[in-house]
Amino acid sequence: MQPFTAPFAFLQAGTRLLSLSSVDLAIIVLYFIAVLGIGFYLKRYTKTGEDFFLAGREMTAWVAGLSFLAANLGSLELMGWAGAAYQYGILAAHWYWIGAIPAMLFLAIVMIPFYYISKTHSVPGYLKLRFGEPARAFSAISFGFMTVLMSGINMYAMALVLKVVLGWDISVSIWVSSITVALYVGLGGLLSAIFNEVLQFVLIWLGALLVSIIGLVEAGGWNGMVARIHANYPGQDYTHMWRTLGSFTANPMGIHWVGIVFGLGAVISMGYWTTDFLVVQRVISAKDLRSAKLAPIIGAAFKMCVPFIVILPGLLGLAVLPKGWLVGENAVNALHPHSYNEVLPIMLARYCGPGLLGLGITALIAGFMSGMAGNVSAFATVWTYDIYRAMFRKNASDAHYVSVGRWCTILGVLVSIGTAYLVMSFKSIMDYVQALFSFFIAPLFSTVLLGMLWKRTTPAGGFWGLFAGTVSSIGMWAWVKLDPSAIRYIALSPSAKDMAENMFRALWSGIICAVVTVVVSLVTKPKTDQELVGLVYGCTEIPSEGHLKLHQRPIFWAGVVAGVFVILQIIFW
Amino acid sequence: MQRPGMISIWFFIGALLLAYGVLICGAGIVEAISPSAAAAARAEANLHWDGVDNLHVAIWWGGLLIILGAIYTIKFAPGKGK
Repeated sequence: MQPFTAPFAFLQAGTRLLSLSSVDLAIIVLYFIAVLGIGFYLKRYTKTGEDFFLAGREMTAWVAGLSFLAANLGSLELMGWAGAAYQYGILAAHWYWIGAIPAMLFLAIVMIPFYYISKTHSVPGYLKLRFGEPARAFSAISFGFMTVLMSGINMYAMALVLKVVLGWDISVSIWVSSITVALYVGLGGLLSAIFNEVLQFVLIWLGALLVSIIGLVEAGGWNGMVARIHANYPGQDYTHMWRTLGSFTANPMGIHWVGIVFGLGAVISMGYWTTDFLVVQRVISAKDLRSAKLAPIIGAAFKMCVPFIVILPGLLGLAVLPKGWLVGENAVNALHPHSYNEVLPIMLARYCGPGLLGLGITALIAGFMSGMAGNVSAFATVWTYDIYRAMFRKNASDAHYVSVGRWCTILGVLVSIGTAYLVMSFKSIMDYVQALFSFFIAPLFSTVLLGMLWKRTTPAGGFWGLFAGTVSSIGMWAWVKLDPSAIRYIALSPSAKDMAENMFRALWSGIICAVVTVVVSLVTKPKTDQELVGLVYGCTEIPSEGHLKLHQRPIFWAGVVAGVFVILQIIFW
Repeated sequence: MQRPGMISIWFFIGALLLAYGVLICGAGIVEAISPSAAAAARAEANLHWDGVDNLHVAIWWGGLLIILGAIYTIKFAPGKGK
């Protein structure tokens, strides 16, 4: 089959690893037709604000659970963490296991009842109910800021992949994918975003799984891969998750287990998976409380498997690609033209011929678009309900807010495009995102958790704790930027590296937020129990599940997932 | 989620997988009969693993997609309820 180039010649702007065949292009075009077709089809079912912003609160546990996970499977998951696995080895899998599973189960069992029973439409909306307008405004504005930045990162990463692999022009890639997302989310709202996320989830797996399967065949199975890595990189341990974390200098990430367990596991991941509205929005769209609790558990079960299509290709790259072939972003030059972040598309190119290459590229595009759509739909909801309605127009009709939501989708995409161009000047995608998480997400978790579990927490305590945690996080980041030696105070060791700094900064900001919240709460007037019904543990009656059989209860499946999680840690210790 | 008259998302997924399976399996058969310029391009790009050519991955992966796609398309076809 001959490369199909004529109508798409404008895309082939630069150097590239591969040319697509006509079959590959047909697969990609079919994908775009499918997602746009779903958007147009679902527009007729999206009439009210509840439909547009919360998909009518009618999602089954499976659809909500898969979209909950797919919204997170953006460019950073597919490309960034494969690159991180090539750079740091299997340590990158911590972000999928201890950095996700406990938090997702905690969300399902402890926090979902309050989100769901309060009938809030967003996380800032919960803060309004629990702490009042200032906390909501601060959270909504910081979330909106973070969301469009994340969306821009997604776009940039996608465009970069398409440029490296296919030679497509970055601007064309950004604009085509952005307009597609704007159309299908603008037409069908969250309903369309969720339906497409389920479709994208399936395509991501079917497109990316082959790299791992064929890679293991080439490397001679898991043991063969480990042997090759040891041969390529003698004296370095890329294949154990915990045994090298006793010292900052014993592992390629330059991190200590305290940072992984407490910074990543207890603060950053808890903050992301339980309070980032991008993912929580999918769960509160479930049709009932049991489905809402099951959705994150289903998501957690699949999340545990994602390293097989993301981390494993990075490890296989260490095993089968020539040593030193991929370098850091700063070291890219004529002799070493490819960076760590390109390892996944490079492995894809290594194994996939006509047709399969198109499926693999479609998987990458699907991942990027699901992440982008997740950000944009969450941005439209928070902007419309928590900023526009709260601050500018309180009593408009439902149809008016739906209209605002559609326009916000377009606006969010346009701002994200601007952000994508801004991101091009940043050297490391992953470090940038980790910094963002620690600015906004880590303090938010402390605020929401104290708000849900401690009824003595006051509105003033919630607001000032959130404010202090965010400002202190930005302050610590700026301190290390201005004086790199300050990392010894933030990460407790001069040997710590960027990733460790992010973990510890998140830990400190979470602690600062909690301490300020408690102190301010103790000296200010709390709300009455009556005002906290449906919002706080001890004031809220959680519906009993006693009538359900054991295998129908969310807590049972949470236990199963937790058990598998522990077994995985032991296997890869 | 299933409102009256709404086509299930699983039907859309099945239909797309079925189409992909046909395209990929077909491309795999053509590639097996007469290797295309794509293999040469991969070798030229210093990315190729020779062993993959003997696996005929596109044929069995495309076949898998056809089976999955057909099952979902039939099971969730419009008018069959869920």
